[in-house]
Amino acid sequence: MTTEVSAIDSVPTEEFEHHDAVEIQIFGFWVYLMSDLILFSALFATFAVVRNNYAGGPTPKELFDLRYLFGETMFLLFSSAACGFTMLAVHGDRKKLALVWLAITFLLGLGFVLMEINEFHGMVLDGSGPQRSAFLSAFFTLVGTHGTHVTFGLIWMAVMIGQVIVKGLTTPVRSRLMRLSMFWHFLDVVWIGIFTIVYMMGVI
Amino acid sequence: MDFNVLGKLSLSAIPYDKPIVITAVSGATLLALVILGLITYYRKWTYLYKEWLTSLDHKRIGIMYIILALVMLLRGFSDAILMRSQQSLAVDTMPGILGAAHGYLPPQHFDQIFSAHGTIMIIFMAMPFLIGLMNIAMPQQIGARDVAFPFMNAVSLWMTTAAALLVMISLGVGEFSKAGWSGYTPLSEKQFSPGTGVDYWIWAFQIAGAASLMTGINFLTTIIKMRAPGMKFMRMPLFVWTTLFTNVLMIWAFPVITVTTGLLALDRYLGMHFFTNTMGGDMTMYVNLFWIWGHPEVYILILPAFGIYSEVVATFSGKRLFGYTSLVLATAVIMILSFSVWLHHFFTMGASPSVNLFFSIATMMIAIPTGVKIFNWLFTMYRGRIRFTTPMYWTLGFITAFSIGGATGVLLSLPPADFVLHNSLFLIAHFHNVLIPGALFGFFAGYYYWFPKATGFRLKESWGKLAFWCWMIGFYLAFIPLYVLGFMGMPRRMEHYANPDWQPYLIIAAGGTAVILLGIILQGVQLVVSIKERDSLRDLTGDPWDGRTLEWATASPPAEYNFAKIPVVRAIDAFTDMKEQGTAYQRPDRYEDIELPKNAPHGFIIGLLSFVLGFALVWYIWWLAILSFLSLIATVIARSLDDDTHHIISAEEVERIENERYEQLASAAQRRPAGEEPFPELVPEV
Repeated sequence: MTTEVSAIDSVPTEEFEHHDAVEIQIFGFWVYLMSDLILFSALFATFAVVRNNYAGGPTPKELFDLRYLFGETMFLLFSSAACGFTMLAVHGDRKKLALVWLAITFLLGLGFVLMEINEFHGMVLDGSGPQRSAFLSAFFTLVGTHGTHVTFGLIWMAVMIGQVIVKGLTTPVRSRLMRLSMFWHFLDVVWIGIFTIVYMMGVI
Repeated sequence: MDFNVLGKLSLSAIPYDKPIVITAVSGATLLALVILGLITYYRKWTYLYKEWLTSLDHKRIGIMYIILALVMLLRGFSDAILMRSQQSLAVDTMPGILGAAHGYLPPQHFDQIFSAHGTIMIIFMAMPFLIGLMNIAMPQQIGARDVAFPFMNAVSLWMTTAAALLVMISLGVGEFSKAGWSGYTPLSEKQFSPGTGVDYWIWAFQIAGAASLMTGINFLTTIIKMRAPGMKFMRMPLFVWTTLFTNVLMIWAFPVITVTTGLLALDRYLGMHFFTNTMGGDMTMYVNLFWIWGHPEVYILILPAFGIYSEVVATFSGKRLFGYTSLVLATAVIMILSFSVWLHHFFTMGASPSVNLFFSIATMMIAIPTGVKIFNWLFTMYRGRIRFTTPMYWTLGFITAFSIGGATGVLLSLPPADFVLHNSLFLIAHFHNVLIPGALFGFFAGYYYWFPKATGFRLKESWGKLAFWCWMIGFYLAFIPLYVLGFMGMPRRMEHYANPDWQPYLIIAAGGTAVILLGIILQGVQLVVSIKERDSLRDLTGDPWDGRTLEWATASPPAEYNFAKIPVVRAIDAFTDMKEQGTAYQRPDRYEDIELPKNAPHGFIIGLLSFVLGFALVWYIWWLAILSFLSLIATVIARSLDDDTHHIISAEEVERIENERYEQLASAAQRRPAGEEPFPELVPEV
């Protein structure tokens, strides 16, 4: 009766019937990354609110060693670069090369996590643990949440190394590697924010 | 520190000295045992496991979500009865009964009840209800065979159920939070709430929040990527639009509540100082963070209902929705504005007048797009051929009640008025007056509207209309007196009070609750009667209401694959267009194999493990927490190793199912509408 047919377009049905599963997965993963970005932004905001609340405890200038952190950052950035080479090898269908690069990515990421644990451990031993002040609570939580993400990325990567060995570079495996690399680069971007806002702005 | 295998848990956690609690616990336990016994007696465990618990079918997941919502509605409503009856008795001049100083509930118990009521109604009633309705209707409305991530859909369902179970078990093991549903610091900090209550609240929020976030990602991807050919954005049904906006809000808002409750957990478990009043903590930060999630959450609850009303009004007025584009735009504006008003929840906290002014104006501005919508619905009905069915009843009830609630909201948006009315019963009256019509009535409308689609038979209209009138009358009786009490100065959350002038109004409000209870009982009767008489209420056509959108093109209940052939959309109200063109029931030239997700137990297992994890964390049972967490990760990895996740329904099988459907359609065409049909059923041309 009142139905308006604004534009009748003849779309061949078959073209649409098969939705590209990989494309859908990657889109969904993008959306997840954006939601994770909001999680981090809430933590950044919390940090910004309490970053000067030292409660008589240590200040960033006393705590952070930028040279150490530069090394830590390099581990993560080179890990990301290695991840890029992994994906190049995957696209070139070179399974062994992909595995080599994946292993390098893993080791560099592991180096980052170990350096972070070492940093945290030293701070806690010095009496500058997360219970010392609101600033330190926010510091440990923000940096620690990023570190936890990297750790989960490492577990994922270990599983993917196994999958590449056993299953080879099948379509589902490629799709998972693609998403893993998105995750890995995303964590890099977050780390740049942490390095700038938490460490550099804290020391300067 | 002495080590205990069960952490803080011991027999003293069971409140056997509190008769009211123990009665409720035994009642619930008995009911659960009866249900489990019946399942065993009828040997339905295999059926239940194979067809439901492991199902990845969005329609079944939707039904299970709604069952969860209805069960939790009963629990949340019981809390409401307790609060209203307590307040109608608890004036200081009257002696208490059952050992209480005032009324019949001790303060500790009363505080748990109002905290549980809010948490349950929002997180475990409204959220599962709306997600369930979306699950049933949205994929069919866009002409899809499933959601984008069917497995993640099951994970969301079972994690939500696990979180709800955690709240339920807090009744009998330990206690629930006494810090209100919003858990304001520093009251919710360890120092002031040392018990397990706040921990139950935190982990229930964490688990349900993660589940909602996954739903958001899932549905957004579904709508963006899986629409049928020809379904451009501006041809999507309004419910799909509001689902889209709701899920964007879920993706934006839920990470914030994860962080907020997470930081509170760090304060409580590891002695950090985010929201403490010592060592540099900032308790006002908690309030900000909570409402940055909390206000969008209000729109997460309301927008889907707006979508349902839009569908119902158009269908039962027999007209295309008036001002489709303006409705879509108004919803988009509400979605964006919902993030710029959170401070109106705490005008009195001490922000500067200019800050309060900004949030005050933003709040008032939300009334504009909402008003646009009200007029859209009214003009859709104008000169329409209106059929007064139950979904339409709820819609009409909503329009009047919600307008009153909205107007009181504009009043509260003025900081000077808010300084007077803040934390009074006026506020309670206001937000119940927007959320009950604005969300719950909409979910009921959707429940009646899509019930035949999900189950294959309609609910008996007569009982539904009686229930509606009970709800409407009870609702006004229960909440209008609260406005008056707010003006009289009565604060919220009072376990007892000294002013006897308040009591008559509280008695009226309690009476209103009793009328609503009658409405709920009638809804229960309606469900039972309709199941018994389902043969005469059967919907053979798949289109019992002369619907306008694509979900009515499938059978009722739909085949597992929804559409044997994906429809091509040419207009808004795609199905009406097809019926007018005579293509609605056209047989395709040939059928093709259809690939669908295989059932999988992992979602159910993940739900179970997250329940164990939450429980272990509440009671400091660290070994169990670590074990269940590692098992969770192992389950996810196990699932990711499985690439054989789909099964094929062959073209022959599809043809067999479709032939049955065409026979059913033919028999419906011959059978004249019998019994209580309010209008002649549409006779499809076969």
